[in-house]
Amino acid sequence: MSYLDYKVAQVPTGFRKVLYINWPLVLLITAVCCIGFLMLYSVAGGRLDTWAEPQMYRFAVGMVIMLTLAFVPMWFWRGISVAAYVACFLMLIAVDLFGVIGMGAQRWIDIGPIRIQPSELMKIALVLLLAAYYDWLDLSKVSRPFWVLLPVMMILAPTALVLMQPDLGTSIMLITGGGIVMFAAGVSLWYFGAVIGAAVGLVYAVMVSRGTDWQLLKDYQFRRIDTFLDPGADPLGAGYNIIQSQIALGSGGWSGRGFMQGTQSRLNFLPEKHTDFIFTVLAEEFGFIGASSLLILYMLILGFCLYSALSNRDRFASLITIGISATFFLYFSINMATVMGLLPAKGSPLPLVSYGGTSLMILMLGFGLVQSAHVHRPR
Amino acid sequence: MKKSQREIMDSSRQITRRGLMLAGVQVATVTTLALKMRSMQLDHAEEYRMLADGNSIKMRLLPPARGLILDRNGLVIANNEQNYRVTLTREEAGGDVEPVLRRLAQLIPMSDARTDELRDEFSKRSAVTPIVLADRLSWEQFSAIAVNAPSLPGVMPESALSRAYVRGGDFAHVVGYVGPVSDYDLSRIEDPDPVLRLPDFQLGKIGVEGRMEEVLRGKAGARRVEVNSTGREMRQLSRQEGEQGATVQLTVDAALQNYAAQRMGEESAAAVVMDCATGELVSICSSPSFDPNKFVRGISSKDYRALMDHDHRPLADKTVQGVYPPGSTFKMVTLLAGLEAGVINGGSRYYCPGYTELGSRRFHCWRRGGHGSVDAITSLEQSCDVYYYELAQRVGIDRMAAMARKLGLGQRHDLPMSAVSEGIAPDRAWKKARYDQAWQIGDSLNASIGQGYVLASPLQLAVMTARIATGRAVSPSLIRSVDGVRQDIAEAPALDISDSSLRIARMGMEAVMNSSRGTARSSRIIREEWHMAGKTGTSQVRNITAAERARGVVSNDQLPWNRRDHALFVCYAPYEAPRYAVSVVVEHGGGGSTVAAPIARDILLFALNGGLPPLDAVPSDQRAAMQARHEAMSLYTPEAPRPGRSRA
Repeated sequence: MSYLDYKVAQVPTGFRKVLYINWPLVLLITAVCCIGFLMLYSVAGGRLDTWAEPQMYRFAVGMVIMLTLAFVPMWFWRGISVAAYVACFLMLIAVDLFGVIGMGAQRWIDIGPIRIQPSELMKIALVLLLAAYYDWLDLSKVSRPFWVLLPVMMILAPTALVLMQPDLGTSIMLITGGGIVMFAAGVSLWYFGAVIGAAVGLVYAVMVSRGTDWQLLKDYQFRRIDTFLDPGADPLGAGYNIIQSQIALGSGGWSGRGFMQGTQSRLNFLPEKHTDFIFTVLAEEFGFIGASSLLILYMLILGFCLYSALSNRDRFASLITIGISATFFLYFSINMATVMGLLPAKGSPLPLVSYGGTSLMILMLGFGLVQSAHVHRPR
Repeated sequence: MKKSQREIMDSSRQITRRGLMLAGVQVATVTTLALKMRSMQLDHAEEYRMLADGNSIKMRLLPPARGLILDRNGLVIANNEQNYRVTLTREEAGGDVEPVLRRLAQLIPMSDARTDELRDEFSKRSAVTPIVLADRLSWEQFSAIAVNAPSLPGVMPESALSRAYVRGGDFAHVVGYVGPVSDYDLSRIEDPDPVLRLPDFQLGKIGVEGRMEEVLRGKAGARRVEVNSTGREMRQLSRQEGEQGATVQLTVDAALQNYAAQRMGEESAAAVVMDCATGELVSICSSPSFDPNKFVRGISSKDYRALMDHDHRPLADKTVQGVYPPGSTFKMVTLLAGLEAGVINGGSRYYCPGYTELGSRRFHCWRRGGHGSVDAITSLEQSCDVYYYELAQRVGIDRMAAMARKLGLGQRHDLPMSAVSEGIAPDRAWKKARYDQAWQIGDSLNASIGQGYVLASPLQLAVMTARIATGRAVSPSLIRSVDGVRQDIAEAPALDISDSSLRIARMGMEAVMNSSRGTARSSRIIREEWHMAGKTGTSQVRNITAAERARGVVSNDQLPWNRRDHALFVCYAPYEAPRYAVSVVVEHGGGGSTVAAPIARDILLFALNGGLPPLDAVPSDQRAAMQARHEAMSLYTPEAPRPGRSRA
């Protein structure tokens, strides 16, 4: 069923939409963000103005964006999906051409005072496009090779650009995010089996390529893999972050050292403690109880999104919701796995908690779409 | 495109199925994360807690720069110079130090023995401890290493301050030296400053360096740094610079000290020059000396052995630590005791037949033929022993000892130098306590001419001379100012000795130098304004046996060096308004008049002149020899006082 088939009267209008917003989701997001403020206050050594206050301001802006998007009818999003994708794609090209070098990689584009990371925007735009594509596509054609190849191209084109920046982490997230939408849309499992098989082959090839002149990754990326495999080999060099983060995390114990009592984070052994490693601060200060509480909040957000997706009879809306919650899932699981030493170190923020505007805005944008899908679901 | 109801149902079912599968994957992932968290935070929390506690804040001390030691005119005696060295940290060298050592050996000379020593050191110490590879590098070597640093992982060129004694051996005994802190040093200090525990820290061992350690050391600065669990410094939290130790200005004149050292040459001797009015020690010099810089760097056992085995004992400070029978220089004490006791007056005479008989024993005068009838002044002028034998029998030892102490003998003068001796001014009680024996009259006779039990250091002799010269109880001082603050010197109280007695003693000393029969006439100063008074002394270090006497007195020259007499001389000038008192002891030098007196006179002249003794101040027949001596000396060329520092 497409929105054109709705009886528009069945969809809430005007401010009545407020009543139809997925309020539990809003509450959960706010709760997670509040944990973030608390931790930013703590890592700043009890100062609000260092990180917590700007983050609160961003959260307020993000909330307004989310609620505003929630009011925008779902069919509008489908209408602009192709345009959004193309716009993001062009921005990615622009970044590759004129982007600012930051943190050893080229990821940002400056538009006046605003810094935009098109690769992050692309995560949402790709989900939009794929959802629109599968909504448009005849259900019977979903697993036909040509109709599979088309979305694969949609995924790989921006991925290639992101990889050129080079940003391996975002590339993987784009592929995985896109893959999840395809998976949810019902593409045959055989394809996924084949892709996973190919990926294993690729990893093998990458490892073999090391030291040859067709080396597929940069040296620092190889080193990250090394330190991931054996952080102890270089405890003061590249493995330092992981070891320190594990120490901080592990030393939290059951109930943690107490709010503002985390010695590791306080004493600066942890790098980027307000961004990528903020989870360790939480785990150190509030222990297993605190860390698993956050995990439970994340799971609840995923649960509400899934429920909303499955209860929505509109295919586009469902796919959007699943795609965005999957992106959210990837964010936090990659971050947590990294700080625990389960994945190689890569700069990825803890969603809704880490200090930083980009990921917060992207996520609030995404949740805005989820809310819009929820508000405008066919009844 | 319109979708059928059936299509919608299919789609919904499909999405539900796949959504639940996805949810399954997500739950599995989150479960994995939770399990890992559980394992780290619950099962291994203790381990991580221990590692975390290894990450902590450490204080790293910054050793303070040691205070300078200056002479009375602001010339530097001890300062701190840059010591260029390189350290190596094994961990930063990648665990294996061999290749680094090999590459380093191409840049700086490193012996195989040294390399073995280092290897041993590296195997024993922690991998994160920097170990000093080479010390006191030249700037060229240091920069060569700095330039090659990229190929020498873990090697750290550093520069640290190290003590330097720019005046060489001149002040070795006065100023002393610094050296590494030993466990013994630490055990002696209550609540030692933590900076002493720094591996390369040096502390004053002897002399002013040792005695004024607290003042000179300064206050350590500190850096608060974070170290991680492997001991690596992560960042500096704060840095507080230390305070340099206070500048200590001595009363000693470096030029005079240098001259005194050169004048004594290779003799085993000591010279003390004291300012009569203030008691300031303008020179206090023990010879031969040694290079204190060797001790700072860690003296080699070979060098140390050489110093220890030297029969002239260069390490001993003969000025304050060495005590000698004062010989005839003690006669002023006996004389003053007699005058003050009213036993004699200036005109009293004794007859000297060349000896005094006491029971069966004969006490000889140095002049076998005797001096005939002798009065107080002549007794000093010609140093008649018999006069004092007679006097001693009448005065008694206790009054002599009291006079000796009044004049500064037999007591420890408080100077910031090591092992300042008390000397001995013997009396009945002393002998009773020391030997549990009754005092014999013969002991008094020996004491009266500064033999027997009497012992005095050159410092004490200088004090004695200054007190006689001024009639005031001047006390020696060595420190002129600390950190620019002038040490106040209290006006010396008058001695409890009548002027008339003192005048007689002074007149006798004047006669020693200037009368035609004075024992030290050849060492007189002929310049009227530096009119000089003095007293010779020759103290026996052996007993002359009856058999020796029967064979005739053996001349000193025929004896082995260490059995010859000590030569002593005390003097002051100008006679009318005393400025400087000088004492000189030449160990086993022979006669006081021939060996010690010329040295003392020349040093006195240098002090009075503020430079090399003018030739026209000495008798004309000595000028050529003096000229030759000056030319043979290699004196420090006077350097400008340090700019920017008040000369206080």
